[in-house]
Amino acid sequence: MIGRFSRREFGLGSFAIGASLAANGFRRARAQTTALKVGILLPRSGFEAQIGQGCQRGFDVSVPILRDMGYAIELMLADTESKPEVARVQAEKLIDEGANLLCGAWDSGQTAAVAQVSEQHGVPLVINIAADPKITEQGYKFVFRNFPNAPMLMTGALSLMRDLFETTGTTPKTAVLMAVNDTFGQAAQNAITTLVPKLGIPFRILDVVSYDPQAKDLSIEVAKAKSSGADLHLAVTRLNDGILMIREMVKQRYEPMGIISPGSPGFYERPFSKALGKYAEYAFSHNAWMDPNQPLTKIIDAAFRKMFPNDAFDLNVGFSFEAALIAADAYKRAGSTNPEALVEALRTTHLAQRVMIGDPIRFDEKGQNAGNRLASLQVRDGKPTVVLPVVNAEGKPVFPVPGWSQRG
Amino acid sequence: MLTFVNVIVAGLLTGCVYGLMALGLSVIFGVIRIVNFAHGEMLAVAMYATLVLNQTLGLDPFLLMPLVALVLFLAGYVLQDRLINRYMARPEHDQFLLLIAVSIMLTSSMLIAFGPDARTIQVDYAYDSYELGGVLIDKVRMLAALGAVGGSAALWLFFRFTRIGKSIRACADNQVGAQVVGLDVKRLYAVTFGIGAGCVGASGGLLLLLVDVQPYIAADYTLLAFIIVIIGGLGSMPGALLGGLLVGVSEAASGFLIMPSLKSMFSFGLLIIVLLVRPRGLFGRSA
Repeated sequence: MIGRFSRREFGLGSFAIGASLAANGFRRARAQTTALKVGILLPRSGFEAQIGQGCQRGFDVSVPILRDMGYAIELMLADTESKPEVARVQAEKLIDEGANLLCGAWDSGQTAAVAQVSEQHGVPLVINIAADPKITEQGYKFVFRNFPNAPMLMTGALSLMRDLFETTGTTPKTAVLMAVNDTFGQAAQNAITTLVPKLGIPFRILDVVSYDPQAKDLSIEVAKAKSSGADLHLAVTRLNDGILMIREMVKQRYEPMGIISPGSPGFYERPFSKALGKYAEYAFSHNAWMDPNQPLTKIIDAAFRKMFPNDAFDLNVGFSFEAALIAADAYKRAGSTNPEALVEALRTTHLAQRVMIGDPIRFDEKGQNAGNRLASLQVRDGKPTVVLPVVNAEGKPVFPVPGWSQRG
Repeated sequence: MLTFVNVIVAGLLTGCVYGLMALGLSVIFGVIRIVNFAHGEMLAVAMYATLVLNQTLGLDPFLLMPLVALVLFLAGYVLQDRLINRYMARPEHDQFLLLIAVSIMLTSSMLIAFGPDARTIQVDYAYDSYELGGVLIDKVRMLAALGAVGGSAALWLFFRFTRIGKSIRACADNQVGAQVVGLDVKRLYAVTFGIGAGCVGASGGLLLLLVDVQPYIAADYTLLAFIIVIIGGLGSMPGALLGGLLVGVSEAASGFLIMPSLKSMFSFGLLIIVLLVRPRGLFGRSA
């Protein structure tokens, strides 16, 4: 079967191989000097705008820092207007305009819509924040999530509650859960109600009160939660509804042992403390958080303070930065904007240098990073303070918390 | 049981503010026969105006209520006089489009001026509540309801006893007849739109005490105002107030007894029942 090559054939073959190698080499070299076009999809307007803009600041601060680290990315911005249908259209628009990779979209419903588009068009998506487990359970090949999914968040958050009760020597017997009625809220609600008995958490959930994510008044919801007579108040909220909830709790003189937000946003954000003042104090948030000991965290913190002196460096910023880092790192290793090459590089991601608390960033076969760890944060003097785990703690937890009238 | 009473009281008090808000829409439709699709946006403008005046002058929202109502009255007067009057002879869909355009422009302007963040007003009594036989009454909600009742009473007195008020009622009853007896209908329309906008201005200031303002809040309140005035009867002042109370209480009761996230569904349910049983609304006149 093996025929003999003539000199002419050998010469032509050698030229073809050489030309191909040269072209590959050229492409690789060119790829490292050309920026990766990253389409950023975030709810920068609408009812989730505040958090979307927080994430945007994380991407904004990533560009100069990544450039100093030898990466090259170019951001293409799109606003999802806090609506999944807009997120879908914007994702398609970004791809049409030449985005090589998508990042976003903070909200699970919007991220699920973007993930479908990403898969249909074969353009990789790196999720900065979104916790609905279904997103990475669809068998998608182009979707990667660095953020813990709802069961991971809830398992970590509930385990930390057990640690909290042990540390403070106070164990509530009953709890009521108030949860926002959106994709994330429902996923969290299901995870909590399933995991509490499974993990041997010492309290019983008496009632679950779910509410509209765009609610402007939570007086009825809080009254319903209060009427349960539970010792502990669990809250799966966003930002604005978290503020509304605490306001109503104060007005209705509803004083449980403590208020804990397991894995949801709101309580650790600066506008929460700013809006509520002394009433924001002692609220717990069990969530993924920045590791203050990581050198990269210190670099981002310094750059962030310089770029955004009036805003807080929180997990929205941290995870958005890490999403940009993951994308830039995959591009550097792939040496190409080819989607298949990018996906292959994303699959083999191993980033030991992190911003968030956890193991090095790696993705499992479903595209999920399972190595994030949670911290128990308590608002103290207007700032989210790590109180657990003890190795990362900046202060001691206060539980049960003082009543509304006993605060400064 | 006591908690349920608390919830119903809160629903009644919120319903009063809803009623004042819807009153503006009802007055405008009852006289000018134009549907104000920019109603919620005007409410948001009033909320922002109260916020800005509170921050610059340091005055309580209750003291600012007449001032904001006056500002909105003037804005409404100019809008009707300079713009909407030119569309009065045109087909209804032209009028709808005009007011939808106004609403989009107002939302965009608020977004440019204030950004998308929710903003609130800080008052010393924000967290106060009164206890009455075990029933907790939110001070802010109660003051807002009193303001709404006061505003509605002033409006009723205006339409009942002043010359302009009577002229406006004449226009509403018979526009051609009003023109025949020499009334300046276009000017009265402008005054009416101004009054409707003034009601929105007053209720916006009060509502800011209960909810945060952001530019996208408007659409929800336009819809709510429509539900209220259709339940109460388009063009009926007592109907708008009763509709507000019914919506406030039904939301509160259904939210507490069934499921809070379904409370809006019950407002629509109420609307469907009223449309089926009494299509002209509770206080509406038959065509």
